[in-house]
Amino acid sequence: MLKYILIPLLPLLSFIINILFGRNFIKDKAHWIAVPAVAGSFILAVSAFMDVQAGNVINVNIYNWIVSGNFNVTIGFLIDQLTAIMLIVVTSISTLIFIYSIGYMHGDGGYYRFFSYLSLFVFSMLMLVMANNFLLLYFGWEAVGLCSYFLIGFWFHKKSAADAGKKAFIVNRFGDFGFGLGVILVYLTFGSLDYLKIFSNTGIVLGQTINIFGNDIDLITLICLMLFCGAIGKSAQIPLHVWLPDAMEGPTPVSALIHAATMVTAGVFMVARCNPLFSLSHTAMNTVAVVGGVTAIFAATIALVQNDIKRVIAYSTVSQLGYMFLALGVGAYSAGIFHLYTHAYFKALLFLGSGSVIHALHNEQNMQNMGGLKKYMPITYGVFILATLSITGIPPFAGFFSKDEILWRAYSGGELGKFLWLLATVAALLTAFYSWRLIFLTFHGRFRGTHEQEHHLHESPRVITVPLMLLAIGAVAAGWVGIPPLLMEHGDKIGEFLAPVLGHPHGEGSHAEEMMVMGMSILVAAAGWFIAYQMYVKKTDLPMKVGAMFQPLYKLLYNKYYVDELYSRIFVQPVLKLSDKVILGFFDAKIIEGVVNGVPNLIGAFSNKFRKIQTGLLSNYGLVMAIGALAIIGYIIFMR
Amino acid sequence: MNTANYLVDITMIMPELTLICVALILLLLDLVVKNKEVLAAVGIAGTLVALYGTYKLFVFHAPQSVFADMFVLDGYSNFFKLIFYLNIILTILISLKYMTIEKASFGEYYSLLIFATTGMMIMASAADLIVLYLGLELMALSTYILAGLMRKQLRSNEAALKYFFLGAFSSAILLYGISMTYGLTGTTNLREIAAALQTLNIMESPAVFLGLIFLIVAFGFKVALAPFHMWAPDVYEGAPTSITAFMSVGPKAAGFAVMGRVLFEAFGGMQMQWNSILIPLAVITMAVGSIIALAQTNIKRMLAYSSIAHAGYMLLGIIAGTPEGLASTANYLMIYMFMNIGAFAIVIMLRREGFQGENLDDYMGLAKSHPLASALMLIFMFSLTGIPPTAGFIGKFYVFMEVIRSGYTYLAIIAVIFSVISAFFYLRVVMYMYMKDPKEDVTLTTSSTLSIALAITAIMVLILGIFPSFLLNLVRSSIPG
Repeated sequence: MLKYILIPLLPLLSFIINILFGRNFIKDKAHWIAVPAVAGSFILAVSAFMDVQAGNVINVNIYNWIVSGNFNVTIGFLIDQLTAIMLIVVTSISTLIFIYSIGYMHGDGGYYRFFSYLSLFVFSMLMLVMANNFLLLYFGWEAVGLCSYFLIGFWFHKKSAADAGKKAFIVNRFGDFGFGLGVILVYLTFGSLDYLKIFSNTGIVLGQTINIFGNDIDLITLICLMLFCGAIGKSAQIPLHVWLPDAMEGPTPVSALIHAATMVTAGVFMVARCNPLFSLSHTAMNTVAVVGGVTAIFAATIALVQNDIKRVIAYSTVSQLGYMFLALGVGAYSAGIFHLYTHAYFKALLFLGSGSVIHALHNEQNMQNMGGLKKYMPITYGVFILATLSITGIPPFAGFFSKDEILWRAYSGGELGKFLWLLATVAALLTAFYSWRLIFLTFHGRFRGTHEQEHHLHESPRVITVPLMLLAIGAVAAGWVGIPPLLMEHGDKIGEFLAPVLGHPHGEGSHAEEMMVMGMSILVAAAGWFIAYQMYVKKTDLPMKVGAMFQPLYKLLYNKYYVDELYSRIFVQPVLKLSDKVILGFFDAKIIEGVVNGVPNLIGAFSNKFRKIQTGLLSNYGLVMAIGALAIIGYIIFMR
Repeated sequence: MNTANYLVDITMIMPELTLICVALILLLLDLVVKNKEVLAAVGIAGTLVALYGTYKLFVFHAPQSVFADMFVLDGYSNFFKLIFYLNIILTILISLKYMTIEKASFGEYYSLLIFATTGMMIMASAADLIVLYLGLELMALSTYILAGLMRKQLRSNEAALKYFFLGAFSSAILLYGISMTYGLTGTTNLREIAAALQTLNIMESPAVFLGLIFLIVAFGFKVALAPFHMWAPDVYEGAPTSITAFMSVGPKAAGFAVMGRVLFEAFGGMQMQWNSILIPLAVITMAVGSIIALAQTNIKRMLAYSSIAHAGYMLLGIIAGTPEGLASTANYLMIYMFMNIGAFAIVIMLRREGFQGENLDDYMGLAKSHPLASALMLIFMFSLTGIPPTAGFIGKFYVFMEVIRSGYTYLAIIAVIFSVISAFFYLRVVMYMYMKDPKEDVTLTTSSTLSIALAITAIMVLILGIFPSFLLNLVRSSIPG
């Protein structure tokens, strides 16, 4: 019992200690508290995982916060197979990234602040995945969003960082509004917020409709779509993907932990958690799948032409999250979670590797000013290659197994599935291309930066490279728990493990078809490498030519389909104008100011009048009391 | 009833007897012991012994009434007694240094506090109007003296005298109520009154109603409901600050304890009638407390009006008319004790030799010179306003919820509006502390006991705000539905 409570509690304690005593006492020793705390959580998480593996699913209410009639707010944990995997992902990657941060954030003025926020984030994320009810999930959901805001704007004196933090927060408001409505709707429908109570009682919603503006809408579809709104925001899917690339303004460990491995996957986790609800609605499932598939290819195309190393990886994250939703949408929940799990390792590795590069180049992020780093940074280069092999889906690296599982589930998932499979396969080609482009631009060719930078080039210190190498093990081997049965009998251990929570995906297809899908995925991965190799290593003038040939397309992609500009035109500017003219000019100045100043003035006047009754004269006081008593009697007589 | 039974009954009032003995011992000790801190320590120790006794009685005995059904021991009385115990302990902790500064460090101080507390405990346990009156007078007479303990100060004398005269006035009204009720029902026992009202079928009688009105007026005086609140601002301002803290909680809690018991047990069938009085009283009380507090510049006076306003909120739980409503009022009182005594403890810190420290202006820029004290005051002010995650929010939340559940949504709305107004004068203190520049250097008087009291109150305000269910479970099990 205590063991499970300690998992989130240790990071919370680390946060409290660092935030209270960091500024004056702990200062640059903040990691001595934070790292052992998350490492402890990791060890306990492993132990919890083994408990679950032994068949002990834990569902326990720890504390009743508010009990009022039939509305209960409980703090309770549900640790089942799904949670166990999330616990391992969150705590293992957090531990490595905390260690990495010791080196990366060394000497930063806000060192203690960084570790306290990061600890708070880990606590919130753990609460999110361990919750056994929707309200606690919502708490974790909002808390990770808050931490993300703090950490994106960590260097708040930089305007772009502060703006990016705000953007992430505001964009997420849109999704969370829907999510909040979804949670309320769940409560109204089921009369409870407890997962197991709801999931064991899903039958009651079948056929129920809700009337909105005269249209009957299927209740369960509405609930699922509302919940999915939250996932769209948090996991940066179309059309709310715009905040994630900007979030790269935060320190690189933050990008790796929050904006690649853990927080952004909360949406995937939530949908998987709610699979008994989603499975009831075809419309909602198809929406999830299509949003995922379209996002996967949409973000991948943008990543093709970006020059900022972190932005390329950020768009890659958006694209990979799209894959996960695609999997969830076709009913292959375990495939989605499997990809979440492998992706966490290779994507964290890519980010931390890019952090190592940025560190070596003194905050240079433009890949056009890099090149030839292979010989200066052999370890970083090595792990980058491993991560790239993994993300592009080359067997036997982790990404291959999870991506292949998704592609096969899509292919075998009916007509819509075939279309989604096509999208995903094209996206895989693009993924391979932009991933190798990143490698070639950064590590191959000759160095294109300044002499000053070249002079200082060096491999990063141990505290940075060791976590990289450990993550590389994950990026290589994490997928070996999910080998398709086609290749190995009983190879899909993770699918079997998750089956009690997420069920088995349905779908049909022959072995030959499965081989074809697998072959295609390897083929496009190789093709992506080949094209990138031709363009960025063999004929380095080719990119310019291609760019010039498809000038309009290139500009469209380079400017990210002008989505930011579009939103700015449609939403931001009108709102600003409205608030400036109407709210500030009229409501604020006239009505609010009038009320704000008028009411207190009025009350103040009253107050001064009434105060005079308090004369200080004893006889007056007695008189008031007597009159009061008589008034009550009179009032009663009068009222009768 | 034979003597043997009385001997059994006496064990049931051991806590009260203990307190009376301690008070008498303190009077004697005062003659030989020069160090007043020893007296304080004895007082606290005696209170703890009594608390332990109440706990033992609670554990070993089912709810029962003794002394011919005049005195009850049940969860309800025990919960209120817990409030009284904590109230007196915290009061003693904040008084030590302060009473020396006021040059009013008398040994009687502690024994009077204990006598007053004993009176409150008798009130909480009273199942008979006569016993109730006995407890009330014991409490009232002790507090009259306590209010005037600073004999050299004119305003302290004035406070004591005003409190005494008006208190006597309200006692007379209470006796009217008791005698009329007795005359009509032939009994002073609460349960028997209820039974008599039923069998004689006189619930609709205007005479019974008149008696009820007199009782409510008298209780309303004790808890400072408008328009029977007139004494409160003058007495709160004039009395020694530690006594103000004591009075703002103890007699109020005792008043609500008897009001709840009398209305629910004796006049339970006349809920429509008493609500027709209590609802306008609650609205007027909240209005008077919140609005007049805006114009105050003396913090003790402001807190006096604040305590009037809080009496209005507490009354809502009784208006709800359900056991849960009564529980929410008791819960509110417990929370109010912590936050109000905490606030007064800060007020006491500002008092030093030759400096009153009672004006709002004295709080200007306090955050710059004394960040910790300001942070604590901020917590108490937030809690009094009812801002989460402080306990004050939980207290208000439950009272409002119960009153809404009983169908008086409009009362909850009115209460919220007055809460918003009250935010103005609570947060003004915060604003003075944090956003204004200091006028002059303020040195704080600190002592270890004061620090302990502050630590307890601040921690409880936060803990009960974040983890309220411990207290809620306690109060719910004490006052079962």
